[in-house]
Parts: sequence; C-alpha cells; structure tokens
Amino acid sequence: MRTRRIVIRTLQYLALAAFLLFLGFPFLWLISTAFKSSSELNSLAVNLIPSRPTLTNFTDAFEAQGLVRAAVNSIGVSLATTVIVVVISVPGAYVLARYRGRIRALGSGWILVSQIVPVALFILPLFFILRTIGLVDSPAGLVLVYVVYTLPFSLWMLQGFVAAIPVDVEEAGATDGATKLQVLARIVFPLLRPGLVATAIFTFVAAYNEFFFALVLLQSPDNFTLSVALSTFSHGEGLSRIGPLAAGALIASIPSIVVFAILQRRLTGGLLSGAVKG
Amino acid sequence: MSATRELPARERSAVRPAATGGRKTSALARRQRNEAVALAFPALIPVIVLSVVPLLIGVSLAFTDSQLISTELPNFVGADNFVRLLRNGAFWNAFGIGAVWSIAVTALQFVLGLALALLLNTDLKFRGVARFLAIIPWAMPPVVVAIMWQMIYSPTNGPLDWLIRSLGGPNVNWLGSFSLALPAVILVGVWAGMPQNTISYLAGLQQVPAELMEAARVDGAGAWSRFIHVTLPALRPIVISIVSLSFIWNFNSFGIVYVMTEGGPGGKTLLPMLFVYIEAFRNGNTGMAAAMTDVIVIFLLLMLSLFLLRRFRKGAEA
Repeated sequence: MRTRRIVIRTLQYLALAAFLLFLGFPFLWLISTAFKSSSELNSLAVNLIPSRPTLTNFTDAFEAQGLVRAAVNSIGVSLATTVIVVVISVPGAYVLARYRGRIRALGSGWILVSQIVPVALFILPLFFILRTIGLVDSPAGLVLVYVVYTLPFSLWMLQGFVAAIPVDVEEAGATDGATKLQVLARIVFPLLRPGLVATAIFTFVAAYNEFFFALVLLQSPDNFTLSVALSTFSHGEGLSRIGPLAAGALIASIPSIVVFAILQRRLTGGLLSGAVKG
Repeated sequence: MSATRELPARERSAVRPAATGGRKTSALARRQRNEAVALAFPALIPVIVLSVVPLLIGVSLAFTDSQLISTELPNFVGADNFVRLLRNGAFWNAFGIGAVWSIAVTALQFVLGLALALLLNTDLKFRGVARFLAIIPWAMPPVVVAIMWQMIYSPTNGPLDWLIRSLGGPNVNWLGSFSLALPAVILVGVWAGMPQNTISYLAGLQQVPAELMEAARVDGAGAWSRFIHVTLPALRPIVISIVSLSFIWNFNSFGIVYVMTEGGPGGKTLLPMLFVYIEAFRNGNTGMAAAMTDVIVIFLLLMLSLFLLRRFRKGAEA
C-alpha cells in the first residue's frame, strides 16, 4: 500500500514536470534567443543559457523595425478601447443583471451569438463601412471595431459582478428621490470596483493581443500595432534576423503577462462569477 | 411626501420583476422598460451599428458580386456564389483541414487541460508555478506565440531539432514538411488554448462536493472509478460548454497559423479563415468570401445544435 502511494506520487510529479516543460520551455527559449548575440545564433549552437548575454537585439529591434511606434499605437488603441468599453458596459451590465424582459433576453442572445459567429463574417461589412466613413487604416477605426469586439465579454463579466451585489444594499443606500443614474453612480459603481478592474484588464489584453482586425484594417506601417508589425517583420527579414525578432516578441508580450501574473487569482475569480451567474 | 413614498416601491419592482405581475403595474412596467432602454442605450448603439448591421450586411453580401476594390454598390446574383462554391475543391479541402485541426486541438486541449487540472487539484508541490505557467499562453499575443514556436521548430538551430538529432534521429523541417506541418501547428494550438481549459476544469473540480468523493471512497471505489463515476459527471456541464466553445474558436482560428506557415506548405495548413482572408483581401472577391463565411457559420451552428441536442437528450435519459 505504502509503495503504491509512492509510485503514484512519483508518476504525478513526472506528469507535472512534463506539463511544466511543455508550457514553460517555449517561453524560456524565446527569452534565451532574445539575449543571444548574432554570432551565437549564426553558429547553430543549441544552448538555453546564452554564452555571452547581450542587449543589442533589443536596441536593434527598436531602431530598425518601427516597433516603438507600433508599441505606442498598440497601447493607445487598447487604452482607448478599454475606457470606452468600461464606461458603456456599466449601465448595460446593470440592465442585464437586474431587469427581466425582452431587452435582457435580446442582450444575452446577442452575447451568445457574438461568441459563435466568426469574426470573418463581421470584417467584410465593417471594412466597407469604415472605408465609407474614411476610417480604414486609422487607429480610431480600429478602436471602434475593438469596442464591438470586446463588448460582449465585458458585459457578460460585469453583469456577474452586478448580480453579486445584494439588491437590499442598493435599496438601503438610495436616498429618497434619487434617480436610477444617481443610484448607479453612488452605490453600484463603488461596489463594482473590483469587477471593473478585472473587466478593464480583460478588455485591454484582448485589444492588445488582437491580430486579425488590425491586419485587415491597417495598411500604412505608421499605423501598425505591435502584432501587425511583428508579423510583418517575421514574414519579411525576421527569420534571418532571429535575435531582434525574439527581442521584439518578448517585449510585446510583457504588458499582458505582467498584468496577468499580478491579478492571477482575482482574474480567475472574476471569470467564474461571470460564467456561473446569468 | 407621496412622491417620496412611491420611489422605493418603484426601485423594488425594478429589481424584483416578479412583483410586476399585477394589472395596475402596466404604466410602471413601461417606465421600467424605458429606464432599461435608456441605461442600455450607450451599449446598444455600437452593438447595432457595428455588430448587428454588419452581420446582416455580411450575410447578404454572399448573394452579390461584391469586389474589394469596387466602390459601387454590388449587383445581386442570387445563389451564384454558393453554386460556384460547391465546386470549389480548394475551399472544401481547407474546410477538411479546419475540421481535422479543430477536432484534434479541441480533443487534446480537453484531455491535457483536464489532466493538468487534476494535478493542480492535489497537494503536489510546485502547483503555484504550474498554475502561473498555465496562464502564460493566454496572456501572450497569438503573433508572439507563433514567432516563439517558429523558433522551437527551426530546422537549423531549434531545440527540438537538436533533441531529435542527438537521439540519432533525422533532421526534420517541421513547418516545411507536407506531412508534419499540420501536426506541428496543432501542438501550438493546444499550447495556446491550455489556460482556458485548465482554469475552467480546475474551478469545476473545486466545486465537486468533498462528501461525495468521501462517500465513494468509503464504498470502496478506487481512484479511477471515483474519477469516472463522481468527478466526470459533476464536471459535465463545464466540459460541454468548454468543449463546444473551444471547437468553435478553433475552427475560426487565424493568427497563429497565419504567422507560422501562412497556410503552407502547399496549403497543408490552410485553415478556413486563412482561405477566406486570402479570397477577400488578396484576390478581392468579397462576395465569394462572404459566401464562404456563411457556409462556415451554418456548419458551426449545425455542429453546435447537434452536440447540444445529443447532450440534452442524454441528460434527460439519465
């Protein structure tokens, strides 16, 4: 019995180690490549720890590829999307969580449909609409598209947080004669803060990581987001200049990873409350 | 005074819809509805203008000869695009690749995600590290994931190639090989989708009642039997929703494969979305591309309803 337990434990640790290797190694390799000198990369030697770590890949990446510009675009577009989505999500999520009737049914139905329909079905008409109003190849047009693209999930997550606020709290806090908007601003909004943070982060990361819409809509390199700039780099001279490519890719993934690492626990909690309710 | 007494009642009925059953409340119900519409308005505008309208236009574009560069209104051509699409072998080939890709990725994500969740649900050490690593793929932009795995698969100085050669194997060009490119990108798809699966199953496992497990243990059920008879049935609702959503997401996947192979070599990794993208934005046949997306949406809805129906029937029998 005892040896059996030890065997099972050992197997469990072996499996966990295999998972750690599978999940973690590619990222370690990316870091390693980013710090290797070009002579080491050209020598075809395969080692995880760079023999002489260097930062030239990072300076190269930022000088040659317009990645600074792309990073500014990415962060600007994602921030604008996040602010707009959170502001319009709060009242919308409130309606989804607190009212019954047609508007709620339609809202929930649309959220479901938006998760199923491929983005390709939206992109053709969106492309034509944005071209008509002159917003193709512009950050503003991309923000518009991202607002629509991230709104369903944001609404869904937030309505879970609204539903978690007891109705009595709202009633007790409402002073006589307070309008719905005042109740929202004074009572619901402050209680919703943790949920808002989580939702804002999800929206930011979704917009920051998005690739397909940006690839289709953005045409001039000055407007590229990081994802588009990196994919262009990778399809162009990237595989012959693997060091700067790795450095750029590494830097591009830092914002999301840092945010996820800090808020890991809260994120999964928020996701669940959004998923379980409703 | 009467006005102030009225307000709390209105508040209550706004949030407790069961109270609005009476006949007298119709004015109240209307006011409530107006309130709901007003509050939802800011969210409704972008949804209708940039989501519902495009959806309708997108569906109807398929019945036109719409071209990317043309600025004139396209002509109605009936089901012409669909008829031509039926004979388009390349599209159905991409469709098949998409099916293989999404079935393989979804199945592996399910098995590996559940296995990892089970491991993380024990008292093993290093769980925290594993949990963090399991989230990383989620946080990374798909483009970065693709670039990173290109380096892993590199036939000149990639670590995978080095491992195989030092074990005495041949030099393998993973992404350039007709037979290996699809399995290679499938592995990346699995890697990228592990977080959502693992986290969801872990959350589900933590909700399995401990008493239930204990009762099964007392009854002499072994670990495997407990897993089959207690854990899996308890997880079923989560498994159903995650598996069906993953299948849809995977079928519509674009970024990772676009950056890694652009559909190559020889179209062996040409997923449906890549095919649509090329048809619309390289060949400029937006009408035909819309027909393709319509076919894909109909297929996904069919799959989803079949899957859910079967599950529901099973659930009803049980």
